[in-house]
Amino acid sequence: MTPVDLGMPMVAPRGVGHLRGEQSFPDAARTALGNEQLRRNLGHATSAIRAKRLRVVAEVDDWEQLRRAGETIKAATMARLDEHLARLEQAVTARGGVVHWARDADEANRIVTALVRATGCDEVVKVKSMTTQEIGLNEALADAGIAAYETDLAELIVQLDNDQPSHILVPAIHRNRREIRDIFAEHMPGVPADLTDDPHALAEAARLHLRAKFLSARVAVSGANFAIADTGTLLVVESEGNGRMCLTLPETLITVMGIEKVVPSWRDLEVFLQLLPRSSTGERMNPYTSAWTGVTPGDGPQEFHLVLLDNGRTATLADEAGRSALHCIRCSACLNVCPVYERVGGHAYGSVYPGPIGAVLSPQLTGVEDNASLPYASSLCGACFDACPVRIDIPAMLVHLRARHVEEREKEHRLPSAEQVAMAAAAWTMADGRRFARAGRGARLARFARGRRLPPPLSGWTASRDLPDPPQHTFRDWWRDRDDQP
Amino acid sequence: MTSREAMLSAVRAARGDGDVPEIERAYARTGSHPPGSPEAVALLVDRLFDYRARVTSVQRADGIVGAVTDALGEASRVLVPVGLPEGWVTDGVVDDGFAPGDLDGMDAVVTACAVACATTGTIVLDASLDQGRRAITLVPDHHVCVVRANQVVDSVPEMMARLDPTRPLTFISGPSATSDIELQRVEGVHGPRRLHVVVVVEG
Repeated sequence: MTPVDLGMPMVAPRGVGHLRGEQSFPDAARTALGNEQLRRNLGHATSAIRAKRLRVVAEVDDWEQLRRAGETIKAATMARLDEHLARLEQAVTARGGVVHWARDADEANRIVTALVRATGCDEVVKVKSMTTQEIGLNEALADAGIAAYETDLAELIVQLDNDQPSHILVPAIHRNRREIRDIFAEHMPGVPADLTDDPHALAEAARLHLRAKFLSARVAVSGANFAIADTGTLLVVESEGNGRMCLTLPETLITVMGIEKVVPSWRDLEVFLQLLPRSSTGERMNPYTSAWTGVTPGDGPQEFHLVLLDNGRTATLADEAGRSALHCIRCSACLNVCPVYERVGGHAYGSVYPGPIGAVLSPQLTGVEDNASLPYASSLCGACFDACPVRIDIPAMLVHLRARHVEEREKEHRLPSAEQVAMAAAAWTMADGRRFARAGRGARLARFARGRRLPPPLSGWTASRDLPDPPQHTFRDWWRDRDDQP
Repeated sequence: MTSREAMLSAVRAARGDGDVPEIERAYARTGSHPPGSPEAVALLVDRLFDYRARVTSVQRADGIVGAVTDALGEASRVLVPVGLPEGWVTDGVVDDGFAPGDLDGMDAVVTACAVACATTGTIVLDASLDQGRRAITLVPDHHVCVVRANQVVDSVPEMMARLDPTRPLTFISGPSATSDIELQRVEGVHGPRRLHVVVVVEG
């Protein structure tokens, strides 16, 4: 058994939910890179969304000021997170809601299952929610004999196909219209035989399929984009109206929310409701946003439960250099601009949080050791930071997590990796001018023994890269020769 | 120790006792056009068209009934909230707490709104008596919404400042839409597929 350091915050437990992949990132990425259809679908979709985002962001003169505001609101909230959560609980309770506290995925799943059972229902409708995907709620409900129906179009596609989401905003981004048509034709009961792959026809098929479900649903499960500590108000930002259906028509609403989603005051939303839609779908505003506070007599669900989830968030908060990963508002702009994501897609990251933000968030939620390859799933090009509406410095955090990974390996007295050996050798070489000069000349000599591949254990580096030619002259040689000139 | 106590004390320990950073609010709190100005109304109309909502502009309040009647077209069962101003709809069915299935039998719904934001083309409903509970503007497939000029603000901060967060709020920016298939926007999924906004220019 692994010794547990008492007093250290818990990470997300193993064996439940979707934060850990079965393969390391390089292995999964190699498979994904071989899928040409996937790369075409992703290239098409991400280039379209990048262009839209740039267009609507350019319209906003004070975009940088809004980013600063978003960053500082989140940082200020995290600095007193416990106090904001206590205020949120008080406000929700005062307005007729019930607040539950879940330390991890298992506890949250137990709470939600018990709440659904208490209603006597054996099915729930669901609004798209990253958090319930993270904790594997659908699987937990299924084990208890409760059917969960995803109602977001892309989540429906993923669920019908028994697949996993591959993008925060557009979970079926890895599928094109032809593939979606085939999934509907095969798995959707009562779908017209002549269904075409026109997106309008596909949306209409989803509308008809879910209509009866919405009108008869008694229990809904949602996530939340924001919660206001002052007032107890919850917000869900969406497009299709499936969110409104779930938040309005059923008798009972259960919302599962990560503790980092709280913001102090209503006024803070004037920032996030400008940043989020433009960064995510590239729209000036998303079609629908719903806000509700506890229970309103005669309007909407008369029973409201809010489940506050930790599942590794406190462990993330404890690392000062990593905690700003909790500032993420799930816009997915960093995925869309990432050259790595665009080529390998979301599944390769093995977590419901893919892309650059996933590479810094997943390892912190699970502990770095369980997602050790993710901090390396980046070229550190910095595009993600420029796109992030709350200015999360993802590249710096990736480097920090790589260092944490190395330190943890050292602590466990494992054999150092080839990279660690190489870095240690480089540090020794570069610490002394004469050694460094000799190394430069050595590299030049290597031109004669040239191959495009390095020998093991460095062959991993050249498996996917060409080895560059060492220069004919080192800088030092050039400088010395230059000094020799009269 | 309860989970609540355990989580709160873990969060307290993890966040440490560092200073709370100051929040930088250097962004614009107002837009370029004053609330209710002809420029703000014109911008709202432009943005609504961009979302493929239908828009009818009328000069004064006495033009509302004609515009609403035209917008409703062939709709025969027209739902209205209990507090809809007299004379907007000639033959409406007043919401009586209908079950979702009954709401599904309605052809259209006509409401007022709480506030509209021009820059983003957003209309907000706050469940006041002239707008009704949330379900009535959700289930019918056609929503006709009347916006008066004095309800139109330019920017998002101005819109938020006019709202009471403890009321049930629905922010609507164009008809129901999805971008889930190849990120191509398709209007019309689960919410009303037709949004028709009647703008009263001197309202």
